[in-house]
Amino acid sequence: MLQADVLVIGSGAAGMYAAIAAARAGAKVLLVDRSLIGRGGATVMAQMTVAVAVGEEEPDHWEHHLADTLKAGRGLCDQELSQLLCEQGPACIREMDEWGIGWARRDGHLAQVHAPGHDRKRCVYVDFLNTGPAVSKTLRARVQRIPEVHRVGDLIVTELAMRDGACIGAHAVHVSTGASVPIAAKATVVATGGLTRLYARNSASVNMGGDGYALALRAGAELVDMEFVQFFPIGHLAPRLVGMDPIMWDPFRYKLGGRLLNSEMKEFLPEGGRYLSARDLATYAILEEVGAGRGSPHGGAWLSFQHCSEAALRDAFGPVIDRLAANGIDLTREPVEVAPIAHYHMGGVRVDTGMRTSVPHLFAAGEAVGGANGANRLSGNAITEAFTFGRRAGERAAALAARTAVPGKHIHTDIQREIDFNPAAEIASLQALMKTYVGPLRTRAGLEKALAHIDALAPHCAELGAPRPGLDAEWIDLHDLRNMRLVAECVARAALAREESRGAHQRADFPETGDAWQKHQTIRLAGERVHVES
Amino acid sequence: MSTLKANLRVRRGAPGETGRFASYEVPFEPGQTVLDGLRWIRVHVDPSLAIRFSCINANACKECMIRVDGKTVYACTTRLAQAEMTLEPLPNKRLIRDLVTEIAPPDERLERDG
Repeated sequence: MLQADVLVIGSGAAGMYAAIAAARAGAKVLLVDRSLIGRGGATVMAQMTVAVAVGEEEPDHWEHHLADTLKAGRGLCDQELSQLLCEQGPACIREMDEWGIGWARRDGHLAQVHAPGHDRKRCVYVDFLNTGPAVSKTLRARVQRIPEVHRVGDLIVTELAMRDGACIGAHAVHVSTGASVPIAAKATVVATGGLTRLYARNSASVNMGGDGYALALRAGAELVDMEFVQFFPIGHLAPRLVGMDPIMWDPFRYKLGGRLLNSEMKEFLPEGGRYLSARDLATYAILEEVGAGRGSPHGGAWLSFQHCSEAALRDAFGPVIDRLAANGIDLTREPVEVAPIAHYHMGGVRVDTGMRTSVPHLFAAGEAVGGANGANRLSGNAITEAFTFGRRAGERAAALAARTAVPGKHIHTDIQREIDFNPAAEIASLQALMKTYVGPLRTRAGLEKALAHIDALAPHCAELGAPRPGLDAEWIDLHDLRNMRLVAECVARAALAREESRGAHQRADFPETGDAWQKHQTIRLAGERVHVES
Repeated sequence: MSTLKANLRVRRGAPGETGRFASYEVPFEPGQTVLDGLRWIRVHVDPSLAIRFSCINANACKECMIRVDGKTVYACTTRLAQAEMTLEPLPNKRLIRDLVTEIAPPDERLERDG
């Protein structure tokens, strides 16, 4: 039995910041991750920008950042959460600076670039394409120095532990031994990131199968805005690159502009070689070109930096140019192919500004939270969200823990079950299905087809059971499939119910944005059934 | 369609078992990696094959380190070749199963077993 005042599930930026903030507020913290601490998840993969109104490149105020966030969110942001992100962002960025992250600087001040959707230069970064790894490393070093934070990796939380309707910790399984590990906690923070692994083409890690949404939902919490999955428009498509994140062209476009071209080598967005288009609009423009037969050979668009000299490329991206050369790519000579890729989830667990869910003693933070980014996230808001929401969740969870008695022990017994199908193959089929029918462009017929498959999968993963002793790779896949199936159902049902098009949710059969739909949909489990409240 | 094929000899087994090599013929397209090949095996042949990775392709998580033909490499950045390739777990780390070894820092392990 592990025990803590505050249990934090997930060790990306939100989880680690929550752990630091909770310990600072006097709590004994247990920080767990299904992967290694501070290495799995999405944070480590972030390439460049962090949006924050520090006003070092030009005058700025968090209210301007908020206005841009609300505008990008297409009328659907939870304004209080958006405000928290924008208002608290600068303090977190400064704190990370004090902790030695090494934000890029120019003439002695923080360098800030202009990202699409922002009204000015607002995004800080770490060179070269190193923002995510630097964030992870800085926070990892920080939590390692705090004795009150006990870190345990290779631990998969399978369910939240509940008593009298409140969360009292979690049930976990130790990956390498298969041991059952009960965890007692006075307050619990879900910081498990998003759900982009549901899609065949994604920029996520394998940990992003929506675990936190499934855990919270089964514990009785509400989810919100689940239909809004952000597709990053210019994910790398071809030629095959290794050792590079598929969203790497984002920083290239920030620094160098670049031209997005169709098969006729014509720009199809009104950009004039600059990086201007919001993510949802660029995604649909590329899909439209492909649909009209003007796509690149692999079904995307061309992205060209042929206007840049070798010296300019090297000045902007240093060693990254050598990594591209090792992959056989010379940007001065040829364009690359790009296409939309599942990147981030705007929806998630519904919380108040104290990061409290509707379940007592259960908090959420980071991408696991829904609402701050509405129907479309502004570039650079994800890491800021992780910092600000993580810090807030850690502080509030610690405060609650300070006035909560130690929950009694709980036990959880599962028996082993035979897995008589290949769960890895089922995950791959589900990902292909989601990409085809629940991707950026949706129709009633497609969503119903997806739901039929998702429903048929339910009996296969109704029960998880216990793993076999030692590392049980099939059990891990079954665990993931079970959560991914449930979360896929939430996305598809919410998408089917929303009969309009808005931001990241586009219905070919309902192309207009409807005033009546300027509202959130929430999801609860009613027994085994996913219930959408429109 | 691709006709390239790699022959992966993969060391299988858990502590206390007699280790063995299993051979898999893996189709691939130019540019694909050893990790792509291992993921293909799990989906198409044997889901019990244990490998450790998180970020898939970005070489950001640094979790997929194994031995390929006697050299320590990242599976996600090593390209498949039309040849026999021998895949083994790291020799200097405690074996967990197949290609997975204990690489977590000692104070981040459940057992804290050093």
